[in-house]
Amino acid sequence: MPNPKRRHSKARTSTRRAHDHLTAPGLSNCPNCHEPKLPHRVCPHCGHYKGKQVVDSKEA
Amino acid sequence: MRHRAAHRKLGRTSSHRLALLRNLATALFDKERIRTTLPKAKELRPWAEKLITLAKREDGRVHARRLVSRDVQDAAVAKKLFDTLAPRFASRPGGYTRILKLGARKGDGAEMAIIELIGSEFQPGKKEAAKKEAEKPAKEEAKAADKPAKADKPKAEKKAKADKPAKAEAKPKAEKKPATRKKKADAAE
Ligand SMILES: [Zn+2]
Repeated sequence: MPNPKRRHSKARTSTRRAHDHLTAPGLSNCPNCHEPKLPHRVCPHCGHYKGKQVVDSKEA
Repeated sequence: MRHRAAHRKLGRTSSHRLALLRNLATALFDKERIRTTLPKAKELRPWAEKLITLAKREDGRVHARRLVSRDVQDAAVAKKLFDTLAPRFASRPGGYTRILKLGARKGDGAEMAIIELIGSEFQPGKKEAAKKEAEKPAKEEAKAADKPAKADKPKAEKKAKADKPAKAEAKPKAEKKPATRKKKADAAE
């Protein structure tokens, strides 16, 4: 069975992991109610999209 | 490689998938506005729009009706598709539906969407109007109308029922909608 030839240092491990992170969702504020919302989605708070109310605010 | 694999399988066998699309399309033509998952909505859109285009065919109406009724097996909905929806979209060269993304569903995180026929957009306060309309033509339904409708479903059903017996009523309704849109456009100017 293949085995590691050399010891793997902590620095090598943490260097590899330097780019492991979550990215924040690109939230913006709803132009109607100013609550945070996802882009290209109906506002979950007020049901507005593209300047119009498109769903019942409770439905969304 | 996923070359030439244009469609989603939606986790179903081909017969199950076909049945799903038929059910979704029938519901869309009946209610004009349905809420489902985004992948289902995206699969439904071209599928349902082809049925509308079929219903718009001028020549060989009988043939078109038979082709459509394979997929829309509810006779009343098929009739609605030919009698009210096809004339409504007569001058529109495709693109009869709109998909609105709603965000993730709680529970399984599935992205939800509303797919609606153009001209059947959400109107605040429309629910009460639909209720009143349903009360007018059929007194038998008065009992049902008396009950405060809890969700969209009973109201939409009532609306559909109201459309079916009185075609004459459904037609001016279809005409009213573009008119209101024009008013809005005028107001915007
Ligand atoms: Zn909002």
